[in-house]
Amino acid sequence: MIEIQNVHKSFGALQVLKGINLTVAKGEVLTVIGGSGSGKSTLLTCINGLEQIDSGRILVDGVEVHAKSTDLNKLREKIGIVFQQWNAFPHLTVLENVMLAQIKVLKRSKSDAEAEAVRQLNHVGLADKLKVYPSRLSGGQQQRMAIARALAMSPDYMLFDEVTSALDPQLVGEVLDTLRMLASEGMTMICVTHEMKFAREVSDRVAFFHKGVMAEIAAPEELFGAPKDPELQKFLAATH
Amino acid sequence: MFNYNFRWNQALNSLPDMLEGALVTMEIAILSMVIGITVAILLTLFRLSGNRILYAIATTWVEIARNTPALFQIYMVHFGLGGFGIHLSPYMSLLIGIAFNNAGYLTENFRGALKAIPETQTRAARSLGMSPLQAFQNVILPQMLRISFLPMTNQMVWAILMTSLGAVVAMNTDLYGVTSELNARTFRTFELFAIAAVIFYLITKAITLSARLLAARLFRY
Ligand SMILES: Nc1ncnc2c1ncn2[C@@H]1O[C@H](COP(=O)(O)OP(=O)(O)O)[C@@H](O)[C@H]1O
Ligand SMILES: [Mg+2]
Repeated sequence: MIEIQNVHKSFGALQVLKGINLTVAKGEVLTVIGGSGSGKSTLLTCINGLEQIDSGRILVDGVEVHAKSTDLNKLREKIGIVFQQWNAFPHLTVLENVMLAQIKVLKRSKSDAEAEAVRQLNHVGLADKLKVYPSRLSGGQQQRMAIARALAMSPDYMLFDEVTSALDPQLVGEVLDTLRMLASEGMTMICVTHEMKFAREVSDRVAFFHKGVMAEIAAPEELFGAPKDPELQKFLAATH
Repeated sequence: MFNYNFRWNQALNSLPDMLEGALVTMEIAILSMVIGITVAILLTLFRLSGNRILYAIATTWVEIARNTPALFQIYMVHFGLGGFGIHLSPYMSLLIGIAFNNAGYLTENFRGALKAIPETQTRAARSLGMSPLQAFQNVILPQMLRISFLPMTNQMVWAILMTSLGAVVAMNTDLYGVTSELNARTFRTFELFAIAAVIFYLITKAITLSARLLAARLFRY
């Protein structure tokens, strides 16, 4: 379970998160929508401790992310994250990309790591690209590789930050299909996305962020069918 | 000037000795690069550490190495340290002096290379659970070394040429030292130094060529 309790976060004078309260249960798929600059990415990077918070608490399985005593490297083993910008390690093959952290962080043997990497790359449809360097992959393939790389760590939670936003339109589908597959397998996920159709289909709940505030959160039928927040109404009108 | 008689045969008789000197020159250059790269990686970590004292050490090193003559640096290692009771052989002084210079220049090259690596690489590594050091070692360092490969090759060439500065610490077993001693005995100045120059040239060419081949093998991405 991920519990976000009254989290505030600023960059200098800019308040980016203004008291976020949110709980994501095991097996839930939460999508987060909202305009650019509303604090969605910041929230994700706070959840895995890449960013500090000013006040409030974030608990992952009861462990406080920003407590001094928390071993963040340990915590990050169970929280996979995939970013909007593709960040394959360019000097490693696809297979090595997916093996590296397994070996260095989880201390898996090389053969175990390789078996798991092959399994995950199969899963995301990259079985024929094992020996290829990332520069040879399309954007969609790079994102699927990044997903496999995160999944190979056997995370309990997956965070996706607009993983299709930098892709050519014809490549978006293959990545969304991968996310759908994960959702159907019961992975606990927080997906920041601009793909409203996708959000409507896969989410258990959808949260709308506006200027650092979670303005509305509801089941997709409700949030898209009968939005209450005026800003959400504007936002939805603009995205159609 | 024109009554100088070329005696190539006599000079060429010294070739075996000079080639032995060339081996010493290459040995010093290679060792000084190995030490230089290792220290430069360490100094780069100092710079990234966020610790002000470590940062100051790295910066001072780079500033001195790049803004004073290499000859002074070698001289200081030999005679400067000698003043503190640390007496190094000419070989060691030359090696350490060149390694000091290499480390300074390479640290600066590494700094430029790091700028070319996106911040997102570290973020990706860290979010996979790697510690800062693991992220540096496995993700940043290999890319940094790749980007710096050409400057490192140039520095290696410099290291070869800098061995001739061993003259100031009475180094007499490297290519320059051997040539200079032969010259003192035989006065075949032009021939000896011409041969030495050709050997220097061939070594540096061999380095740039093999570096190019090595790069093609190492960096397939
Ligand atoms: N590292 C940072 N330093 C300063 N400002 C930042 C930083 N990261 C994000 N911001 C600012 O915080 C606000 C929210 O950013 P972000 O969380 O990326 O929004 P979103 O993902 O919803 O588009 C933006 O105004 C952005 O410019
Ligand atoms: Mg964002």
